[in-house]
Amino acid sequence: MFRIIRSAIALVMLAAALPAHAALKVLATTSDWGALVKEIGGDQVNLYVATSALQDVHRVDAKPSLVARARTADLVVATGAELEIGWLPVLIQESGNSRIQPGSPGYFEAAAVLSLLEKPERFDRSLGDIHPQGNPHVQLDPHNIAKVAKALSERLSQLDAAHAQEYQQRAKDFDTRWQAAIQRWETKAASLKGVPVVVMHSDQTYLCRWLGLVQVAAIEPKPGMPPTAGYLGQLVTKLSASPPRVIMLNAYNDPKAANWLSARVHAPTVVLPFSVGGTPEAKDLFGLFDDTINRLLAVLK
Amino acid sequence: MTSCKALAALLALAGMTLPVLSHAADDVASLRAELQALKTDYKTRVDALEQRIAQLEDAPVGGVSEATAPQPMPATGSSGGTATAFNPSISLILAGGYTNTSKDPETWTIGGFLPSGGEVGPGERSFNLGESELTLSSNVDPYFSAQMTAALTPENEVEVEEAFFRTLALPDGFTAKGGRFFSGFGYLNEVHSHAWDFVDQPLIYQAFFGGQFKQEGLQVKWLAPTELFVELGAETGNGSEFPASRRNRNGLNGATLFAHVGGDIGDATSWRAGAAYLDQRADDRSFENVDEFGLPLTDSFTGKSRTWVADAVLKWTPIGDPNRRQVKLQGEYMQRRETGLLAFDTEGSNLIDGYRSSQSGWYLQGVYQFLPRWRAGLRYDSLDPGTPRIGLVDSGELPLSAFPLLLPADPDRISIMLDWNPSEFSRLRAQWDWDDARGQDDRDHAFRLQYIYGIGAHGAHKF
Repeated sequence: MFRIIRSAIALVMLAAALPAHAALKVLATTSDWGALVKEIGGDQVNLYVATSALQDVHRVDAKPSLVARARTADLVVATGAELEIGWLPVLIQESGNSRIQPGSPGYFEAAAVLSLLEKPERFDRSLGDIHPQGNPHVQLDPHNIAKVAKALSERLSQLDAAHAQEYQQRAKDFDTRWQAAIQRWETKAASLKGVPVVVMHSDQTYLCRWLGLVQVAAIEPKPGMPPTAGYLGQLVTKLSASPPRVIMLNAYNDPKAANWLSARVHAPTVVLPFSVGGTPEAKDLFGLFDDTINRLLAVLK
Repeated sequence: MTSCKALAALLALAGMTLPVLSHAADDVASLRAELQALKTDYKTRVDALEQRIAQLEDAPVGGVSEATAPQPMPATGSSGGTATAFNPSISLILAGGYTNTSKDPETWTIGGFLPSGGEVGPGERSFNLGESELTLSSNVDPYFSAQMTAALTPENEVEVEEAFFRTLALPDGFTAKGGRFFSGFGYLNEVHSHAWDFVDQPLIYQAFFGGQFKQEGLQVKWLAPTELFVELGAETGNGSEFPASRRNRNGLNGATLFAHVGGDIGDATSWRAGAAYLDQRADDRSFENVDEFGLPLTDSFTGKSRTWVADAVLKWTPIGDPNRRQVKLQGEYMQRRETGLLAFDTEGSNLIDGYRSSQSGWYLQGVYQFLPRWRAGLRYDSLDPGTPRIGLVDSGELPLSAFPLLLPADPDRISIMLDWNPSEFSRLRAQWDWDDARGQDDRDHAFRLQYIYGIGAHGAHKF
């Protein structure tokens, strides 16, 4: 027994004595925050992204591999607003890593610097999978990305003061390119204003608001609730009078219900990347918005 | 944790504001009624009332209690947000169901094993209520968090299932936990009943622990700073629960050591495997027996009880979303050696002689999420009670029939289940068992229906 404890202690000492990695270790919950960390952190950070764009970030297992990554992370970059509530608290709890506990500098939530849409007036789960702090799918409004980028660069500078100047410089550079891109996207997507669309889940809300798309219906009757045949029938009746121009899907969605509806209301579906990596073209944040707009314009031609 | 705390705060806020809102609405309604009655007589008062209504309707929720509320607000409202903002997050799990068995569940035993005294077996027939689990948890301060799970049993008792503190700020990957908690032994031992994939525990848990092993004590865990998940842990405690027994002795009573490793294979597959060793001592661990006339008597065991387990779980999630398609395979093997003294009829003849047993068992189960909301599962349980060496029998003092519980047996069981999960917070399940736990060729056909509902704080489960 004592021998085991002694060898455990020796192991720990050994681990502590190993040379600390120069790069800041960052665990990002989604590929979007991962891409943003890459933009601002560059080579100064050692990045691990917990989920892929083909996953629903609501529903992720607290895998041992993720717990192991949380153990060594200097910074966790999360969306917040309960998007990751089913798994991130477990990672942080099991990690034994005091640096990334919520409230510490090593825990960053994008939602903390944004004003969220769709704050529910009633907290009642009969309304579906609602988020008390508002809709957490914030990444599809590029203005949000700009705000998060600024806050993130400050956080990186705080944690790694030695490279603060580089973070600030990269953030400034990113912002210049980003603002120019926003201009370009807004000009290009001007024709999308007022286009009636059907969405899968309320996770396209920020995109719709930014581009002026009009969300006329959602395929999920309530957030997180898959549609029933009866509900889809009602939707056909409702949409027949004023059909939407397009049905928007995310890369991770099951397309069955959308395809069914598409055939009946004579509106095409379009699969949007939703997150970096959701489509082959959405390689980084710029690609995410380029591809989203390109795909919408192409389907509406 | 911020999100947990935020949720707690929001729940508290919800709890606070909803009554305020509804009170505000009630107030408006009653004021309107009053207004109707007074309208003809008191023109001036009508104006005043209208003004009050306007104020009530316009005032932000928080402001209502401050100035313009015409009636006293409920206690939670009047104390403002600060008193409730630190309420712990609260979740309540309700469970229950219906049980149909072909054999009398009163006669259910696991053949060849000394009884654990736990809540084992298929449960009572017909409709029944399961345990309602109430969990409160919160950070205490920057150094500790605390959690309590109370089980409200259908027998109208409250049981403290778990109540422990956990450290938040130990360095180098260490976490310590103290209080009463489920041991880190095995895979399923730490999992609360609402998160099981079947209605009940595998037979090895029922035979070796009477359900789940827990004690009052301390646990220290260390997570290696490697990409491979490597977790080492040690526990000690008062050894109050089966297979140990309360020993009225100072110091550490028994020890548990465990190790877990885990990782990913490609993008779709994750796994965790582990081994653990539990070293316990029992002093006068008594159990009910019957003599050759069927009359009840008490026997007891005193000695060492050592158990080890090997466990593994693997999840395959081909399209990333575990709620659309996932296969979960899980299996555990346990072996226990007990050496010591067995006393026969402690309140009567009290014959005592040596006892030695080596018993083992395993289960393997698979659960397939084949559609959103739908899961099907298959489980096989098998136990090997071995041939215990009973000194009283070997010496010829007693016949083996004096220990009917230890007669040779070959317990096993097949279970299949189907569950439907309308949302993350509800589950309805059916389970069929071909149950040979008695081990004497007297198969019990059990059919059970179960509901599990979770309200309150959004839970997060371990892998």
